[in-house]
Amino acid sequence: MPIVAALLSVAGLAGVAMVAPVIIARRTSWATPIVYGASFVLAAVLLVCGLLALLGGATFQGSVHLPIGLPWIGAHFALDPLSAAFLVIVDLGAMVASFYAIGYGAHEEEPGRVLPFYPAFLAGMNLVVLSADAFGFLVAWEFMSLSSWALVMAHHHDAENRRAGYVYLLMASFGTLMLLLAFGLLAGPDGDYVFSAMRSAEHVPWVSGLVLVLMLLGAGSKAGLVPLHVWLPLAHPAAPSHVSALMSGVMTKVAIYGFIRVVFDLAGEPAWWWAVIVLILGAGSAVLGVLHAVLQRDLKRLLAYSTVENVGIVFIGLGLGLAFKTNDMDGAAALAVTASIFHAFNHSLFKSLLFFGAGNVLTGAGERDIEKLGGLVHRMPETAYLFLGGCLAISALPPLNGFVSEWLILQAILLSPDLPQWALRFLVPASGAMLALAAALAAACFVRAFGITFLSRPRSPAAETAREVGRWQIRAMYALMALCLVAGVFPGPFLDALSPVSQLLVGGAMPKQPILPHFSIIPISESRSSYSGFLVFFFILMASWAAIRVIHNFASRAVRRAPPWDCGFPDPSPATQYTADSFAQPIRRVFGPIAFRAKTDLSMPLPGDMEPARLTLSLRDLVWEFIYAPLEGAVLYAAERLNVLQFLTIRSYLSLVFAALVLLLVLVATWA
Amino acid sequence: MGLILAILVQGIQMVLVLALAPGLVGFTRKVKARLLRRQGPSILQPYRDLLRLVRKEAVLADNASWLFRNAPYLIFATTWVAAALVPTFASGLHFSWAADLIAITALLGSARFFLALAGMDIGTSFGGIGSSREMLFSTLAEPAMIMIVFTVALVAGSTQLSTVAAFMVNHSTLRVSLGLALIGLIIVALTENARVPVDNPATHLELTMVHEAMVLEYSGRHLAVIELASALKLLLYISLIACIFAPWGMARQDDGLLGMAIGAVTWVGKLAVGGFLMVVFETAIAKMRVFRVPEFVGGALMLGLLGTLLLFVSRSF
Amino acid sequence: MERFSLDAAHLLAGGMVLVSFMMLYQNRILGLLNVFAAHAVVLSLSVAWQAYVQAAPHLFVTAAIALILKAIIIPVALHRMVLRLGVHRDIETVGGIGLTMLMGIGLVALSMVVMLPAAAEADPIAREDLALALSVILLGLLMMVTRQNAISQIVGFMSLENGLVLAATGARGMPLVVEISVAFSVLVAFIVIGVFLFRIRERFDTIDTQALDDFREGRE
Repeated sequence: MPIVAALLSVAGLAGVAMVAPVIIARRTSWATPIVYGASFVLAAVLLVCGLLALLGGATFQGSVHLPIGLPWIGAHFALDPLSAAFLVIVDLGAMVASFYAIGYGAHEEEPGRVLPFYPAFLAGMNLVVLSADAFGFLVAWEFMSLSSWALVMAHHHDAENRRAGYVYLLMASFGTLMLLLAFGLLAGPDGDYVFSAMRSAEHVPWVSGLVLVLMLLGAGSKAGLVPLHVWLPLAHPAAPSHVSALMSGVMTKVAIYGFIRVVFDLAGEPAWWWAVIVLILGAGSAVLGVLHAVLQRDLKRLLAYSTVENVGIVFIGLGLGLAFKTNDMDGAAALAVTASIFHAFNHSLFKSLLFFGAGNVLTGAGERDIEKLGGLVHRMPETAYLFLGGCLAISALPPLNGFVSEWLILQAILLSPDLPQWALRFLVPASGAMLALAAALAAACFVRAFGITFLSRPRSPAAETAREVGRWQIRAMYALMALCLVAGVFPGPFLDALSPVSQLLVGGAMPKQPILPHFSIIPISESRSSYSGFLVFFFILMASWAAIRVIHNFASRAVRRAPPWDCGFPDPSPATQYTADSFAQPIRRVFGPIAFRAKTDLSMPLPGDMEPARLTLSLRDLVWEFIYAPLEGAVLYAAERLNVLQFLTIRSYLSLVFAALVLLLVLVATWA
Repeated sequence: MGLILAILVQGIQMVLVLALAPGLVGFTRKVKARLLRRQGPSILQPYRDLLRLVRKEAVLADNASWLFRNAPYLIFATTWVAAALVPTFASGLHFSWAADLIAITALLGSARFFLALAGMDIGTSFGGIGSSREMLFSTLAEPAMIMIVFTVALVAGSTQLSTVAAFMVNHSTLRVSLGLALIGLIIVALTENARVPVDNPATHLELTMVHEAMVLEYSGRHLAVIELASALKLLLYISLIACIFAPWGMARQDDGLLGMAIGAVTWVGKLAVGGFLMVVFETAIAKMRVFRVPEFVGGALMLGLLGTLLLFVSRSF
Repeated sequence: MERFSLDAAHLLAGGMVLVSFMMLYQNRILGLLNVFAAHAVVLSLSVAWQAYVQAAPHLFVTAAIALILKAIIIPVALHRMVLRLGVHRDIETVGGIGLTMLMGIGLVALSMVVMLPAAAEADPIAREDLALALSVILLGLLMMVTRQNAISQIVGFMSLENGLVLAATGARGMPLVVEISVAFSVLVAFIVIGVFLFRIRERFDTIDTQALDDFREGRE
């Protein structure tokens, strides 16, 4: 039974985590390959279990009740289509990351701070997806958070990383508290924490609404929804690159799983205003995330903000799904939910690919700041080629997979004029416009990232002396690139695989995707619209091949190398080329005043004055200023006031104890 | 027989589009020259230019990478595939179900992505100017195009261009949302094709360059391929406007060869009219300064959003 | 034919909304006056079409008044006033054209939400034209609010009045006497404002209302 095999593999991962310190103490040089190799194998087993359960139907699904944990609950685990789909996402990412880490981990200075926590992190994530009762879910969630926190603090000598760990721990605890409250509300006065009981219980509308808000705060903060995303750009870059790939590509998807499980499955029938909140937060995250990404100099922080954008896109799809589900439009709801989960899958693929590329750049050149890189396409050709593939996928360009999921969400938006509620009729086209804006800004962001890092001329000695990295790292990236291409060219089987999931969540499914003609996908019906990634890919290949052949055979193929033309004024200094900041300046000037209250101050000295001219650019993070800074101020203020309690006299303490005793006796008297 | 004919029509379309694109560019240059009281080069001059360029050797900078060498072919391939999917003389294209309007927009986005990367490849300041300005304009032009696609799709019931063309041919209507979409599409077409008032296609001053700056380092056959791709893009946009907003004369599904011949003649006529109107507009207006262009293209985004909003609110708009 | 008349009415009313947006987009005063003249021309076309469809000949007079007064006389007079005041080279900074146009879209959405459910039992031409007319009114108000130059505020006020005329003709039943009295009161208001503008200009050397704010009593 796949679920038993899955649970055994999770136990295996926990075992590897416990054995890792011993191996490090005994034979340090073998520890890295052993731990990551074992993680790879166990993740592969889990992937197979997930695939069997998803594709094989009800015979491979099931649930298990173990008598461990709290005596009156036990531990419930279940493998239904939704868990199976997310198990596949989690373990595909885990497999590739483990493979990558066999090469990358060799450069780790303190393996003892990374190796024991990595399998524990994988175990925690898998356990969250497999849990079928609230207690197990929360324990696994906390386990996942704590092990990833330990990984974030791996390079603790850097003050920035310590601060990142602190903020992460704070936000993770807040998130778990919100989840605790949500599950408490769902369990009801009888306190039945098993998911199957929550599913079949009576649902009071205002309680379900409160559960939605709590889940948005709890799971949304882990996924990276604005305004709860502030920890993500701090923590994701701080961890080692393979862990960053897992956190961005996989852990955010586990949070999305939690949200989908509670809101679509356990909380009962949705109300239409749920879709309003989810759409607003999703669209806001998409645009704000990518605007931040366009202005970043740190490659990994740029990728972290881009994760915020893609999570926003997933939530836009989920909001559409909620809107359609409320109005009983099953086909449209199935399209929206399938598109969101497919986008989550695609994002885990290309975000991991991009983070691996960033890890390669860090290993090969020793720099994360793109203002100090450049020209790496000559020094690290394979990494450049694969990173380009990731950039194409994330910018939603055909024939790769990012385009397919965004196309499906746009098709879902075209079905929304039939929604009866007026608020939704205005919000959905606005969200569509924000989605399109986010996609266009993402393309600009990744042209900048690839162009400044890999193309143009080296901007520092680190870039001039970069070296290509080891085979393990490159092969892992090839695997992801191949998957991105397959998912983009043949998306039909992937969409068919997700139909049991949408059947479970919204009670409807997309039409069966045809194999003929030419592997096209059909969102609603043949007459409305269709897309054939295979044909587009084939035509592009044929057209380029034809062009190259005709020109090389009938015209010239001569090439001569010369210095750059540059309008006749070439300058050998690399300081005369565009920097990352100058590339982003037009976008900053157009969107900055709205999103960041961007202001530039120019002070020009009078003629004859020897002072330099100064250009000051100020960008404010409005989310931090208006939400977190006041909260921080309030907490500090309250703490200052309460500090008085530390310094009272003995008589005051005695009177406090006396007052508390009297109060309790009065309460007993009145209520007993 | 029907299938063979359909594939033949698609193939003829692909070849015709490629053959007429430089002619369209030559025609616009000739008209522009005449409006400026010059003689102007002959309409066939772009063909001669392309022939001359492909026979020359390509001069590459010392640090040009494989991306720089291969980008022209990728740009050309994606633009040609997109142009082959826009109905020109016949409203039913056999492969139109492979890629709809959104996919066509994204294919043109791919071409722009590679062009911007090629501009940054050598590491000169001109390339950086071109790429950064081009990406700025695209951040507003692409959403505008998507909103216009939404407006048209909500009226016609599908994003598939053949279905849209058939709908527009059969139901000639005069609707507010389509009017707004038309103006938006004209603005987007001017932006994407680097015409005045957004960019000057004949300039060599860095203050006014966007498209020209990105291709500054290209020469020989690479430059020829890129020029052909730009000409294809212009043809694509004018054909798109003609197909959606002026579909009269297009051969319907069951019209025979005579219908297609009439369609072809009307299509060439529409290209000529479209090119002429574009050139008149270009001559009458001055080029905008760079930071006024986002407001211009943002206007197209607002128009598209307004059109979509009106259609969401009431089906009769 | 029924369908065509409905579509044409919508097209002209939508054209007025479009021209209102173009007015928001303009940042030079002379360009603004030209677009305002276009606004009045579209209004007269729309009223003339309503006159034809509703078979109400007195609306032709309304259209003629709109054309002569608001498309020719007032823009020419404003043009000369602008040249005499010497403000024709000012470029107004209105706090972000993008943001203003976004607010404009929000106002159009608001007028749709208000009008379309409320007038559900009315005749379809009237209902949607009323919604578009309300949008023109709100956009005229937006223009008055987001501009600092007094002339632009006058133009906003005039375009608001154009929206009122559009609404009234769409509602099938605007008597000629109402139109004439409204037109004359607008003309009188315009003359009075014009006179005041010259006096203000004489005194303070500027008609920028932001700068004039500093001269108010009670400000240091």
